Amino acid sequence: MSERPVTSRPSDNPSDTPVALDARLPATGTGRDAELPQAEVDTRQASLWSDAWRQLRRSKLFLLACAMLAVLTVMSAFPQLFTSQGPIDNCDLSNSRQPPGTNGAWFGYDIFGCDYYANVVYGARVSMIIGLAVVGGAMIIGVLLGALAGYYGGWFDNLVARLTDIIYGLPLILGAILLLQFLAQARGERGLFEVSLTLVLLSWMTFMRLFRSSVISIKDTDYVAAARAMGATDSRIILKHIVPNALAPVLVYGTIAVGGIIAAEATLSFLGIGLQLPAISWGLQINSAQNYIRSSPHLLFFPSIFLSVTVLSFILLGDALRDALDPKLR
Amino acid sequence: MARYIARRLLLAIPVLIGASFLIFAMVFALPGDPIRALSGDRPLAPAVQQQLRDQYNLDDPLAVQYGKYVAGLVQGDFGTDFRGRPVSEIIQERLPVTMKLAFVALLFETVFGLTAGILAGIRRKSFFDSLVLLSTTLIVSIPVFVLGFLAQYFLGLRLGLFPIAGLNDGFRSYLLPGFVLAALSLAYVARLTRTSLVENLRNDYVRTAKAKGLTPMSIVGKHTLRNSLIPVVTFLGVDLGVLLSGAIVTEGIFNIPGLGRAVFDAVRSQEGAVVVGIVTLFVFVYIFFNLLVDILYAALDPRIRYE
Repeated sequence: MSERPVTSRPSDNPSDTPVALDARLPATGTGRDAELPQAEVDTRQASLWSDAWRQLRRSKLFLLACAMLAVLTVMSAFPQLFTSQGPIDNCDLSNSRQPPGTNGAWFGYDIFGCDYYANVVYGARVSMIIGLAVVGGAMIIGVLLGALAGYYGGWFDNLVARLTDIIYGLPLILGAILLLQFLAQARGERGLFEVSLTLVLLSWMTFMRLFRSSVISIKDTDYVAAARAMGATDSRIILKHIVPNALAPVLVYGTIAVGGIIAAEATLSFLGIGLQLPAISWGLQINSAQNYIRSSPHLLFFPSIFLSVTVLSFILLGDALRDALDPKLR
Repeated sequence: MARYIARRLLLAIPVLIGASFLIFAMVFALPGDPIRALSGDRPLAPAVQQQLRDQYNLDDPLAVQYGKYVAGLVQGDFGTDFRGRPVSEIIQERLPVTMKLAFVALLFETVFGLTAGILAGIRRKSFFDSLVLLSTTLIVSIPVFVLGFLAQYFLGLRLGLFPIAGLNDGFRSYLLPGFVLAALSLAYVARLTRTSLVENLRNDYVRTAKAKGLTPMSIVGKHTLRNSLIPVVTFLGVDLGVLLSGAIVTEGIFNIPGLGRAVFDAVRSQEGAVVVGIVTLFVFVYIFFNLLVDILYAALDPRIRYE
């Protein structure tokens, strides 16, 4: 057992026996030879993202968007922090459509005489859930299909391309109306799940196209060829090399798309085809406000402002991310 | 060129068939019974129901229904709605309204979008440029139906500048809905023009033109703009198809009896033939303009070669 003291002081004896060297490396793992490539890999992986982060921290728009989204996230997770009343607490029909300021109600009262501020605050949850869930789902489908289509090409690529063309041909709102009507009849319900599923099925194509083209451009790079030469399997090449490098455009588009999806949900609910009462959604609130635009415009304004600010926050965040992640624009 | 067009036409066929079948399946695979819905509280006599089912092929399997529908479509027969009115008649009546609306919107996009984009692109980082960037970001963030109501309330009700709804004031009735319909694309056109112009102003030929002593006016007007407008023209072409379908929301808000309203009402009352007819028309228009733009693109930019 004479190796032990040697391993703890490697600098003492540079010309070790092969046995001692072999034993030392896995045991301590901190030999110079082991450390170097490790550090190199770390800095290289971090460079795009740490560069981006450095630029993002200086961007005022990014900070503004983050602050607004932080507020909105807290609002959708814990609406109680913003209002002491539930959306249907203390409703009084005699207060119906009273303007802001009546009885100290900041946003006035809705048609049923419920506190409008509480209602608008509680509306954030649906929008955030649908926005994030739909983009998450569409991103997973898009990345998966895009990776397979871009990497393997051939008949699968063609099939996905035709499918994409077909769904692109259907206008989003029109397609969503049809699909939602269909899903609602088939499942006997028109709730969060049906609306989200509809929007996922109609919005994955751009993710697919973005990811596919990234994959195609990365597929022929030297480091992928090197990985293949070293015997890496297809799944390892896709997961370890291609996906992390092709993800940036998808993330940027995804952030902006959250805003678009939130607007689409509100539009569908507004048309009476999305969520149904008693769900609380800004689209539904605007829908019931439309008949009172002359006498009670406040019913229209508050959900509209919240909705637009939410969409704006995601668009600003996406813009900032794109500026930071796309080196061509610097 | 001819081969390229032929190839694109061939590629458009499966898309058209796929899209129309998808629409057809979604509409006609619905579990509800449209005939029963039609008759309301007092059920029709079974014989009448059966006759209606036969007339609209409701008892056939989906693929057969679709086949019969396409066979009729090829001969220009869009089918009839449940009151016996031909769908082609509905389309003939509604299409001009929607076309006018889309045309007004396109005009707004071109005039205001291009002007804003060009001015911002020429004076990059000026106050006007920041104003265009800011206002386009804001417009993009406001959902169309919200914008519609805001315009209706402020420009129509408060200021009384425009008619609020309906079509009773002739051309003036189209202005406000046309603007709302155009707003989103207008913002994109402005941004696209600006970016494209800024990129092109960096090119060598601009420096050469400047060195020759051309005025900034003629550099932009004669040289840069031509190249910068290629992506804008293609965007406008594709957008015409988008505008037609975007009319669903706008026509609803401003109470305009166009195709968008017709298709929306038809979805709600399960008038399958009307829905499929109009939506297929939308898809056809969209694909047609896409095709047209692709060909135009190749014609406008000599660097693009046909395969």
